[in-house]
Amino acid sequence: MSYLSDVRALARKDLLLELRARDTLPAMLLFVVAVFVVFHFSLPEGSSDVAASGLLWVAIVFTALLALGRAFVPEREQRVLDALVLSPADRSAIWLAKSIATFAFLAAAEVVALPLFALFFHGLSGQAIAGVALADVGICAVGTFVGATAVATRARELLLPLLFLPLAIPLIIGGVGASVVADPGRYLGFLALYDLLFGLLCWAAFEYVVVE
Amino acid sequence: MISAHGVGRIFGEKRVLRGVDLELPRGGFGLVTGPNGAGKTTLLRMVAGLAIPTEGELHVDVTRDRVGFLAHEPLVYRELTALENLELYGKLYRIPERKERIGMLLERVGLWDARRARVNTYSRGMTQRLALCRVLLHDPDLLILDEPYTALDVQGAELLDAQLDELHGAKTFLVSTHDPQRVRRLATCELSL
Repeated sequence: MSYLSDVRALARKDLLLELRARDTLPAMLLFVVAVFVVFHFSLPEGSSDVAASGLLWVAIVFTALLALGRAFVPEREQRVLDALVLSPADRSAIWLAKSIATFAFLAAAEVVALPLFALFFHGLSGQAIAGVALADVGICAVGTFVGATAVATRARELLLPLLFLPLAIPLIIGGVGASVVADPGRYLGFLALYDLLFGLLCWAAFEYVVVE
Repeated sequence: MISAHGVGRIFGEKRVLRGVDLELPRGGFGLVTGPNGAGKTTLLRMVAGLAIPTEGELHVDVTRDRVGFLAHEPLVYRELTALENLELYGKLYRIPERKERIGMLLERVGLWDARRARVNTYSRGMTQRLALCRVLLHDPDLLILDEPYTALDVQGAELLDAQLDELHGAKTFLVSTHDPQRVRRLATCELSL
C-alpha cells in the first residue's frame, strides 16, 4: 500500500507541476497539430489509408518524445532527483509515477490528435485506438526509463532520441499492424507482451540508472 | 557510523577522489575541507548513497531513510509551494503527524508566512532555509551537509549554527565547507582532501 501511495504522491506532483508550468502539454498539442497539417498537405492526392496510418504513428512517437524530453526537467534543474532517490520510497516508484504522468500527457494530446487525424485523413477503428493505447504504455514505460538515463548526461537532448527511437520500433510495427490489418489480435498481443516485458525490465533496472 | 578505507572514485577517465580513510562514530561531527575540485561533494554523495565508490570500502551504518542530505542545490521543486514540497517529502518519508512537524519547522526557519508561495518567488536564502526544513523533516540520524552556509543570509546562517549546536552529539554530522572556522569548534574529526 505504501508503494502505491508513493506512486500516487509522485504522479500527483508531476501533474501539479505541469498544471503550474504548462510547458509540456501545450507544446505537444501544437506539435501534433502542426505535424498533421504538414502531412495533410505533403501526402499526395489519392494516397492510401495505409500510408496515412503510418504517418499517425510518426506523429505519436515524436509527440511522445517531446513529453519524454521534458519529463525529468524539474528534477534535473534543481537536482531534486537526488532527494527522491534518498527517500525511503522504492526507486521504481519514481519511474512508475513519471511514466503515469507522461502517459496522462500523451493521452491528453491524443484526445485532440486522434479526432484531428480522422478529420484530415480517415476514421480510426477501435482496434487502431486499442493499438495506440497499448503502444502509449510501452512508449511511456521505456521512454521514461531512457529519459532518466539520458538526464544524467551532458548530451541528454541527443541521447534520448538516439536510445528511445530504436527501442520504439517494435511499438511502431505493432501499432501500424494493429491499425491496418483485418485481424489485429496478433499485433495487439505483441504490443501487450512488449509492455509487459519492457515494463518489468524498466521497473527492475530503474534503481541502477539513478545512482552514479 | 561511517567507515571508509581507501575510498576513491573515477568518473570515466577522470579521478576525482583517491584513498580516503575516515572513521566517524555515531554522534560524531566530521568536517571535510579542501579546495574546489578536491572531491568533497563526491565523498558526501557516496556517503549519502547517491554515488558508488569505484575503489576502497565504504560502510555507512544507517538506512537511507535516516539520512538527511543538504546539497549545493536545495532539492525542492520551484513550481511548488513550501508546503507542497514538504508535504511530498513528508509522505515519502511516512512522517507521523506530518502537518504539525512541517508547521513547526517552517515556523522555526521563518517561512511560515511564505508557506503558500511558490519556491520560485523565494530569495536564494529563503530557498536554502526551506532546504534545511526538508533535511530536518524526518529527524535523520545522519546529517550530510555540503557547503551548508552557501547562499544563507546572516539570519539563516545563525539559524543553522543554532541547529548544529542543538543537534550536536545527538546526531552524526558530515559537513563540507570552505569556511571551516565556522564549525571547527564542533568537529570531532577533520578530513582534508
